[in-house]
Amino acid sequence: MSYFSDIYKGIKTLLTGMSVTGGYFIRARKGAITQQYPDNRETLKMFDRFRGEVVMPHNADNRHYCTGCQSCEIACPNGSIEIIWDRAVDPETGKKKKKIDKHIYHLSMCTMCGLCIEACPTDAIVWAPNFENSVYDRSKLTKILNQPGSSVLDGIED
Amino acid sequence: MTDQQTQNKIKTEEYFINMGPQHPAAHGVLRLILTIDGEIIKNVEPDLGYIHRSIEKMCERDSYQQIVHLTDRMDYLSSHINNEAVCLTVEKGLEIEVSDRVKVIRTIIDELTRIASHCLWWGVMGMDLGALTTYFYAFRDREMINDIFEETCGARLTMNYNVPGGLMFDIHPNFVKRTKDFITHFKTKIPEYDRLLTGNVIFQKRTKGVGILTREDAISFGVSGPTARGSGFSSDVRKHHPYSAYDLVNFKEILFTEGDTFARYQVRMMELWESVSIIEQLIDNIPEGETKAATKAVIKLPKGEFYQRVETARGELGVYINSTGNKNPYRVKFRSPGFSNLSVLNHISKDVLIGDLVATMASFDFVIPDIDR
Repeated sequence: MSYFSDIYKGIKTLLTGMSVTGGYFIRARKGAITQQYPDNRETLKMFDRFRGEVVMPHNADNRHYCTGCQSCEIACPNGSIEIIWDRAVDPETGKKKKKIDKHIYHLSMCTMCGLCIEACPTDAIVWAPNFENSVYDRSKLTKILNQPGSSVLDGIED
Repeated sequence: MTDQQTQNKIKTEEYFINMGPQHPAAHGVLRLILTIDGEIIKNVEPDLGYIHRSIEKMCERDSYQQIVHLTDRMDYLSSHINNEAVCLTVEKGLEIEVSDRVKVIRTIIDELTRIASHCLWWGVMGMDLGALTTYFYAFRDREMINDIFEETCGARLTMNYNVPGGLMFDIHPNFVKRTKDFITHFKTKIPEYDRLLTGNVIFQKRTKGVGILTREDAISFGVSGPTARGSGFSSDVRKHHPYSAYDLVNFKEILFTEGDTFARYQVRMMELWESVSIIEQLIDNIPEGETKAATKAVIKLPKGEFYQRVETARGELGVYINSTGNKNPYRVKFRSPGFSNLSVLNHISKDVLIGDLVATMASFDFVIPDIDR
């Protein structure tokens, strides 16, 4: 007898499970959370804290906030940031002041830990929500964050 | 010829077969060298090293702030808990007391991590045993937690939200609302999980009485976490050595005594309820306070040894730091739960079928980067 009751119980449990899937089958639209990713590029908005890549914002006059203090370079765990700097002579006071020549960011090595942005005393670098980073050539992932001809805003000191 | 005579004439011999490193049922690059006789397993020899990244050695190079982000990559499904383990160790060395706010937020996110990890485990366990649907349902709910993390921490898997002394930044204003939404949603989904898989006759036949781990073996092999609690070994670090805000909340330590695959399954399913209950107790009264205690820019631990253990989704994670007083640790050792849990696999998989080994492994919830580091 237990043979038949086992079959009965077995089929019952299977039907219980299928009632769950069947419920979703009937109201499939309601529970759907899948994003149609490449087609929804226009409406897709990442969260404002999303860590996509490090960028250096510039204002309209091609000025940025980076003083070249190298805090980010020291904070970076794997050398994704390299800063090439030199000293510029201040025309008024005649003093030599540190300034960045190139702020090099290796996106290919970056682990998105966020330590550089935490370390930056002047908020010169921020996260950008770009995540479509695939390129055909690896060298394209090495970026120079400061734009050509840019300089630090007046009055920014570290 | 009788059956007995036929059997005597057939000459059988044992042979080796590789399960992995690229096996769909092993969740990662774990290579098991199986010695099998027909379909009966005679010996299981795990071969590690395929995803070894020498994280412990890299820690000796890095500063204490930088170590934290490496631990994301060990047990990536409980990355927040790993981060916290390192931070707690460093805070212990520096003798900093973090604010209550940090403690509560850490605990909430820990439990969210645990739910996310158990969700993934549930989906994958069903998939290992041939029920593909579970995977999609589990990932649907895990997605909500990932969104919470993405909004607050900026990342979905390797969060790196803890820093020695507190949190990198405060929680997002939407955090509380989203977490509450998730809890209300998830409480209707756990019974659904049970209806879909737990009661299923095929699932029960494949898990009950399979891969029995006794309490004595669990203790002598150093098994921890839900795997040990399925064998009746009370090993919850949250209960026995409370850290963060675990001493403020009421929760049960789930214990089952059967020790088989189904018991381990039930422990994790019940832990989902406990995690939900812990979050509910804390989410409404997150105390005000600073999110980061003042630390020096260059952290130097005093000379000595520091150890802290936490309960990850897989078991007990221990962090040992040996400091000589420099800005880098002299030696870092992670006692990872996966490695100890794997060591018992050979012991309990003797003379079982290959299919049962897959079920046992699924119930152990291995994360291979955690085993290898």
